[in-house]
Amino acid sequence: MINFLLLPILIPLITGVILIFFSKNIIAQRWISGISSLSTIAVSAILVQKIRQDGIQTLDVSSWDAPFGITLVSDMLSALLVLTTSIVACTTLIYSFRSIGQERERFYYYPCFNFLIVGVNGAFTTGDIFNLFVFFEVMLMASYALIVLGGTKIQLRESIKYLLVNIISSALFVITVAYLYSVVGTLNMAHISQRISEVDQPGIITVIAILFLVVFGLKGAVFPLSFWLPGSYNAPPIPVMALFGALLTKVGVYSIMRTYTLLFYHDTGYTSKILATLAILSIIFGLIGALAFADIKKIIIYNIIVAVGVILFGISVMTTDSLTGSVFYLIHDMLIKTTLFLLIGIIISITGTSKLQEISGLIKKYPGLAWTFFLSALSLAGIPPLSGFIGKLLIVKGGFEAGNYLGAAIVLISSLLILLSIMKIFINGFWGTPRSFEGEKKASVKTLMIAPIILIIISILLGVGAEAVYPYISQAAETLVKPEIYIDAVLKE
Amino acid sequence: MKTNDVILQTTTKIVLFIILIFSVFIFFTGHYTPGGGFIGGLLTSGAIVLLLLAFDLKTVKKILPFNYMYMIAAGLLFSIGTGAGAMLFNVPFLTHAYTHIDIPILGELSLHTATIFDLGVFLVVVGVTMTIIQTIGGDE
Repeated sequence: MINFLLLPILIPLITGVILIFFSKNIIAQRWISGISSLSTIAVSAILVQKIRQDGIQTLDVSSWDAPFGITLVSDMLSALLVLTTSIVACTTLIYSFRSIGQERERFYYYPCFNFLIVGVNGAFTTGDIFNLFVFFEVMLMASYALIVLGGTKIQLRESIKYLLVNIISSALFVITVAYLYSVVGTLNMAHISQRISEVDQPGIITVIAILFLVVFGLKGAVFPLSFWLPGSYNAPPIPVMALFGALLTKVGVYSIMRTYTLLFYHDTGYTSKILATLAILSIIFGLIGALAFADIKKIIIYNIIVAVGVILFGISVMTTDSLTGSVFYLIHDMLIKTTLFLLIGIIISITGTSKLQEISGLIKKYPGLAWTFFLSALSLAGIPPLSGFIGKLLIVKGGFEAGNYLGAAIVLISSLLILLSIMKIFINGFWGTPRSFEGEKKASVKTLMIAPIILIIISILLGVGAEAVYPYISQAAETLVKPEIYIDAVLKE
Repeated sequence: MKTNDVILQTTTKIVLFIILIFSVFIFFTGHYTPGGGFIGGLLTSGAIVLLLLAFDLKTVKKILPFNYMYMIAAGLLFSIGTGAGAMLFNVPFLTHAYTHIDIPILGELSLHTATIFDLGVFLVVVGVTMTIIQTIGGDE
């Protein structure tokens, strides 16, 4: 079936629309969205397998040939990210069933959830720069609704900031696309890349590349543009926060990855220097935040910025190794950030607070929770048998090969400090004398634990079975290293 | 004190239909002349807003007893359905086609499936506009 690569976008879209009809029937909403997210996982897994066998899949929507219509392109990178997104979505959904609360469920929580997944999957799959903008907006509109849904004071305040920042960055995105269109006269990414290589990246293209970096940096929280993230991500309830932390910034990172490897790869001296500097600053800034706060939500939120920095550093180095590492780390990070957010959500639901000083001795009563948290903390820092290791190893290796010793060293040191910041939660929160907390409900913890346990198992498998996963990742990185593969697949030459 | 707005209400009753007919006209001519689902939908909701100005929220709800949220969802289903319908024939998503429909009085009409897509847009635009206005206007 030629429309197969569309299914991960279409299934959540139809689900979201159908759920509008059942908005008051919570049981039906849960069943329908649960089944649809499971089938999205199945479909995207088959898609990954299909690309492994047959190479890049393209679909010229509405039968218009490549540069003239919208083309959806699913190469290995997109397909893997779509698969990861589906897994993250499904587990977050399972977690939402027990934690989001009936009030929110009755006011279109699940339709918004599905539309967010449509936006993310669409942004990963599209091969058209303006279509990318549209999917960004689909994703952001849904995220505006999710961030404000519930209407508590902090949510209202932070959603205003979030909206303001994103509207400005979207306007800048449109302006940048307009600049690019006036230079190259096309919107199809493969065709843009071809046109740019014909004119050999003059100065104006470098300006546009930096503008894209600003736009996607605002979406993906790269250092000087990440000012909005700690506040905004602190506001919504935990499942929404997990979804945002795992998916939204990563779409920005993916877009930087795509534009910098597919479009602006001819004159990289200047752009990659800026990218590397911003990446290293993001790592440092994120680490300062992660170490400074004694609030478990804030620690994880600042760790997002660190991870964005690490991935971007891999992209800026532009060797095969570092790009492979970036792809691996991106996938690992989406999974592990969801796990961590869901776990601290459980901690908060037990203790009723996110302040680290008020929590201690949880390991006595909740050993399962404690050891799951311990594993995910080790995985986040990149301890060898777990999934965070290989990505970082390849990024560091790429950094040393390319002669960027300072950056690679900072990536290495960052692992240590990430470990420190996350072990601070483990040591203060789980060890020590047990306390009793208000609102302890042991039964609900067990059902909440399902989602993070599934995620940590996948994450461990990703690390232990790296040998089996590696061919997929390296196929994804191959398209990034050799953009001709992508261009040929889209323009069919 | 109740103001007497008989002139406004009488004019509305006449003007309303002119606006509605114009919006339908704009909707159907969208393929060959400026117009289409978006502007047609906005004109229709403009007509309903005029009704809201002349009468009140309750009366308008009695005249047009639609659930506008369902209207949005139905519109989306129309548009997605047009796109997904193409998949049944194993052509790319959203590939449009001519379809022939026999209507007893009008005879055989050659219709383009893009019209159904536009109908979806029309319904979504009317639904969204009216949801916004009714939600802001209503105070229950």
